[in-house]
Amino acid sequence: MSLIRKSAADLGELIASGEVSAVEVAQAHLDRMAAVEPKVNAFLHIDAETTLEQARAVDARRAAGEELGPLAGVPIAHKDVFTTRDMPTTAGSKILQGWKPPYDATVTRRLRESGLVILGKTNLDEFAMGSSTENSAYGVTHNPWDLSRVPGGSSGGSSAAVAAYEAPLSTGTDTGGSIRQPAAVTGIVGMKPTYGGSSRYGLIAFASSLDTPGPFARNVLDAALLHEAFSGHDVMDSTSVDAPVPSVVEAARNGDVAGLRIGVVKEFGGDGYQAGVLARFHETVELLESLGAKVFEVSCPSFTTALPAYYLIAPSECSSNLARFDAMRYGLRVGDDGTRSAEEVMALTRAQGFGPEVKRRIILGTYALSSGYYDAYYGQAQKVRTLIARDFEAAFQQVDVLISPTTPTTAFPIGERADDPMAMYLADLCTIPTNLAGNAAISVPCGLADEDGLPVGLQIMAPVLGDDRCYRVGAAVERALQSRWGGDLLSRAPEL
Amino acid sequence: MSAITRDEVAHLARLSRLALADEELDHFAAQLDVIIGAVARVAEVAADDIPPSSHALPLTNVYRPDEVRPGLTPQEALSGAPAVEDDRFRVPRILGEEA
Repeated sequence: MSLIRKSAADLGELIASGEVSAVEVAQAHLDRMAAVEPKVNAFLHIDAETTLEQARAVDARRAAGEELGPLAGVPIAHKDVFTTRDMPTTAGSKILQGWKPPYDATVTRRLRESGLVILGKTNLDEFAMGSSTENSAYGVTHNPWDLSRVPGGSSGGSSAAVAAYEAPLSTGTDTGGSIRQPAAVTGIVGMKPTYGGSSRYGLIAFASSLDTPGPFARNVLDAALLHEAFSGHDVMDSTSVDAPVPSVVEAARNGDVAGLRIGVVKEFGGDGYQAGVLARFHETVELLESLGAKVFEVSCPSFTTALPAYYLIAPSECSSNLARFDAMRYGLRVGDDGTRSAEEVMALTRAQGFGPEVKRRIILGTYALSSGYYDAYYGQAQKVRTLIARDFEAAFQQVDVLISPTTPTTAFPIGERADDPMAMYLADLCTIPTNLAGNAAISVPCGLADEDGLPVGLQIMAPVLGDDRCYRVGAAVERALQSRWGGDLLSRAPEL
Repeated sequence: MSAITRDEVAHLARLSRLALADEELDHFAAQLDVIIGAVARVAEVAADDIPPSSHALPLTNVYRPDEVRPGLTPQEALSGAPAVEDDRFRVPRILGEEA
């Protein structure tokens, strides 16, 4: 098997045993990127020399006898919303074109400390607002399963890079589904940790009460290894949870669901869901039963108003967070010709620097926070948020995890929803409740839809700090399905 | 009746410091009308006695020891600035001519 098709865990072992060097592994992935990037366009920034330098440093540390972690020397694609000192950071926006941050995000720092080798920065919907990566100011990313379709979003560059074997691992951020949805539609694993379980320091903010960094990988164990590598308490993030990281790697190796109580969310299914998505989901429910899990139907009535609540809360927070892009201290400045005031320069810069979806959300958020509308919109959405958290609490009294399809449909064609914001928002229907309540959820591949032959994701939701349960159930499903299929789902993707 | 008018969108754009073109205003007004119509569904939830949640996890008063730690140098802090003068951010005038 070529190096690019190996798991991160295997690559880590091969490098540790000295069978291959980190430089050889990095070079194999850089070669793959050179070959497929013209078709996939997953990366916004690639710098082979910086990548090889990091790989050489890992090889040198190893040669000096240093004790390194399980992912030392393994390459990773890094979402371009985390600050990096040695690479530009744009958040997919023109307003940050060419910006080189003066500091590393905590997630970036921890990747480096774990010896992970950063291959480059991946494409995303501008400021992580979107479900297709079409909102990037730097062009669309293509789904490796069908290049005419979206790779999901907002972390679509990260999902495509992993699905196209350009990287065994990547980072993402999940505010309303931006890790789980792209993972589902590209046939890979994507995890949204418990809110506060991974640091937001140096993550360019979209909606601060929802944003959560998390891992992408081609299998559950690799995702868990990456989760463990960059998670944990951070004094630089005041919403960081001061508790041990749940034992996710152990859970991913375990994968025993015998006796586990699994709840099927009653509200997620029916009208608006693609038949092939529901078929694969129901088969997976039966599979879990055959593995010894006890399956119940659970009703979470507030989940039906999660989407409208989210599209008030997230834009409200975004309208406040994005005020920092004021053309004064960093980033783009437009129209500063000596005659215009700071306020005029600010308004011109923001109009030119932000794309349409970002502008829509800033205006929507400003509206929801206006006096006279605040109680009816933002205030009411916050109450719905409480009800959703209560639904989860009640459900987790009865069951250990909840499951649903990750997305109502498979990957949609590029352009289909680009100018229909409401249709685009529906892609996150099943993933949003978890962001509002702050608990953990994972998406794992559960087959291909019959209609279009495209990947379907299973979402597994666990209580706050119950991240290990996501990996345990994910590993069980992965193991059983792969033995049925005789390989992983991605091995059935067309050659690029 | 529409949920939001073009004039309201223009007002919100001014508040948000977005110098939108006329065609953008037309486009956004129509789209925001649909979006606001959809999100207004939150009003149908009976929640009078429900406390609001601003955050997923209740954390209050998170402190760290007040110790001096290295920060950015002036050069680092200014490294991304659109304009710099004498180790400071150079900005357009903030007061009107008449002020």
